[in-house]
Amino acid sequence: MTETITGAQSLVRSLEHAGVEVVFGIPGGAILPAYDPLMDSPTVRHILVRHEQGAGHAAEGYAQATGRVGVCMATSGPGATNLVTPIADAYMDSVPMVAITGQVPSAAIGTDAFQEADIRGITMPITKHNFLITNPAEIPRAVAEAFHIAGTGRPGPVLVDIAKDALQAMTTFDWPTHIDLPGYRPVTRPHAKQVREAARMIVEAKRPVLYVGGGVIKSHADLELLRLAELTGIPVTTTLMARGAFPDSHPLHLGMPGMHGSVAAVGALQKSDLLITLGARFDDRVTGRLDSFAPEAKVIHADIDPAEISKNRYADVPIVGDAREVIADLIVAIAAEHEAGHAGDYAEWVALLDHMKATYPLGYDVPTDGTLSPQYVIERLGLIAGPEAIYAAGVGQHQMWAAQFVKYEIPGTWLNSGGAGTMGYAVPAAMGAKVGRPDATVWAIDGDGCFQMTNQELATCAINDIPIKVALINNSSLGMVRQWQTLFYESRYSNTDLHSHRIPDFVKLADAYACHGLRCESPDDVDATIEKAMGMNDAPVVIDFVVNKDAMVWPMVAAGTSNDDIKHARDLAPHWDREE
Amino acid sequence: MSRHTLSVLVEDQPGVLARISALFSRRGFNIDSLAVGPTEISGISRMTIVVNVEELPLEQVTKQLNKLVNVLKIVELDQEAAVQRELLLVKVKADIETRTHVIETVELFRAKVVDVAVDTVTIEATGSRHKLEALLRMLEPFGVKELVQSGMVAVGRGSRSISDRSLRPADRPA
Repeated sequence: MTETITGAQSLVRSLEHAGVEVVFGIPGGAILPAYDPLMDSPTVRHILVRHEQGAGHAAEGYAQATGRVGVCMATSGPGATNLVTPIADAYMDSVPMVAITGQVPSAAIGTDAFQEADIRGITMPITKHNFLITNPAEIPRAVAEAFHIAGTGRPGPVLVDIAKDALQAMTTFDWPTHIDLPGYRPVTRPHAKQVREAARMIVEAKRPVLYVGGGVIKSHADLELLRLAELTGIPVTTTLMARGAFPDSHPLHLGMPGMHGSVAAVGALQKSDLLITLGARFDDRVTGRLDSFAPEAKVIHADIDPAEISKNRYADVPIVGDAREVIADLIVAIAAEHEAGHAGDYAEWVALLDHMKATYPLGYDVPTDGTLSPQYVIERLGLIAGPEAIYAAGVGQHQMWAAQFVKYEIPGTWLNSGGAGTMGYAVPAAMGAKVGRPDATVWAIDGDGCFQMTNQELATCAINDIPIKVALINNSSLGMVRQWQTLFYESRYSNTDLHSHRIPDFVKLADAYACHGLRCESPDDVDATIEKAMGMNDAPVVIDFVVNKDAMVWPMVAAGTSNDDIKHARDLAPHWDREE
Repeated sequence: MSRHTLSVLVEDQPGVLARISALFSRRGFNIDSLAVGPTEISGISRMTIVVNVEELPLEQVTKQLNKLVNVLKIVELDQEAAVQRELLLVKVKADIETRTHVIETVELFRAKVVDVAVDTVTIEATGSRHKLEALLRMLEPFGVKELVQSGMVAVGRGSRSISDRSLRPADRPA
């Protein structure tokens, strides 16, 4: 005889079977039945957050730091709609996440009942798939399919919306032993003919570049990538989502391409005759004006999502497959070309890029008035906390500086909101990462604007013993917007001054949340303050770094312009074509 | 821009029509016509979608459609190699003086009169878009009171079926 249990018990048992160790969420009316058996689960830990957006970003941070599927939970209506931003964020950045929401009882669906929102309809365009469950017998299969879809192929968020009466009704539990979704069969094995063609083009190219995206981290292909780069000697660029996929210390690494990429990385793409694109998607922040992006390059584009291939830029050699398998096969095919006596000769190209790298290194001007340089703070933090630490950034200037000046050596140590650009991502994502990797030091590098959007999760961290560290790059403004106002709006600073040097007092705020609060206003105190925070592990730490607000992110390709018009500092354009 | 006819096999699940129409609108495509109905396989519906797009965007929207978990298969039907039909119901003014002329037109187009009132007739016609357009041009002078048209349905010519064996229930694990 199969045991009869409630739909809610079936849900919790399903989460246990899916291997869930932690759920971030907030209870409410419609999801309430699920919270009762959740209290007794021996394996699923629930962390009560302060805002559903925090739950969603925490699930993302957990997923990005561990590679596992993150889980968040909320009630119907506003609980569910508060998850919309992190769901959209996870969709843009291909983060594996399952969101469980309560829904009003099935008889009330469609009646504009209290706390009713059509969250399945709302999230259709921002989920990989979603479910509305009204029959309790369907709960285990829906949960199993949700985890399967979220975690395989191109990862992404899946939402399971469950009507309250389905949670309350009696049912039997039957965990599906295998999942067969005839409409969902991601291709992971690349086509051999395409790989051979790619290998042929690679050895014949004169100016190839590895254009590496977040897919390489998602498929754990970093070792294969290292081998491919060293086998061929081809220079590497890592996009914002791929920081850490290839060691920053490696001589072949040119840095990050894109709007705030290094001159060498942007220049390499523009001058290349062959882009070897691995798990990247020709985002507009990388390409700049598409019609002048890498004008001389042929394109090899490998991605697990066929819809990304030739979406923005035509691919001469499309390869559908998992990045790790693609790179492994490429290594074999290129080694075969080498054995047949066809090795690429890129010496001249690499020399040119090395020259570019040496001539236009990432740098910044130190303020002359004794105020603190935000770049300096981030650079020192990266050096002191080291490459083993995990860094989660918000969105804006501090994010770009964190991508530029922290040196990443290990995949999964750089978490940020790349595609969606969600301010407020850092603190909850750092919380999720710390839960998933409790032994790692986790730093949120946040701006004062971002921090004020989600800092309530410091309470969650303090209460649940999740000692994250927050480096608050406090320039008292919405810095990136201010930078654009400086450059494109004649320094008319409309609504970008947050006055956060005065309000709130972030040290007192940290104190109110039972966190350590430190303040640093002078370059001389930076190292000591960071080191002090590194030693504080009994509670979360917030350092209020009061920094110069006129610092700007360089290099920069202005929005809508060509990568060829990159400036490495204000009004300074690099000379790429200068021959030695 | 050119017209393309997509046949899309989908799982007969709630919300699937919304997913597909929302995807077209989100990605910036206009649907010319859409018809949906059951197929010879239970649990699988077939949509016939007519879109007006260039070749490359069509490839993109097809790939995006393929990513929907409920979408099983997409085939573009070549206009030459497919039978394409639409259904038209039109209510035309027809008094004693004009009725015979209207009925003559109906017969010329091998259409049917399906309802008669004192001053109107209702005509049913099926055919290609061109044929229905021609019929309407002939009927317009009499006075069209009401017009309703179905989306296009289409099927490939010859003995092959787009719902190949892999989609049949016998091959699907229980």
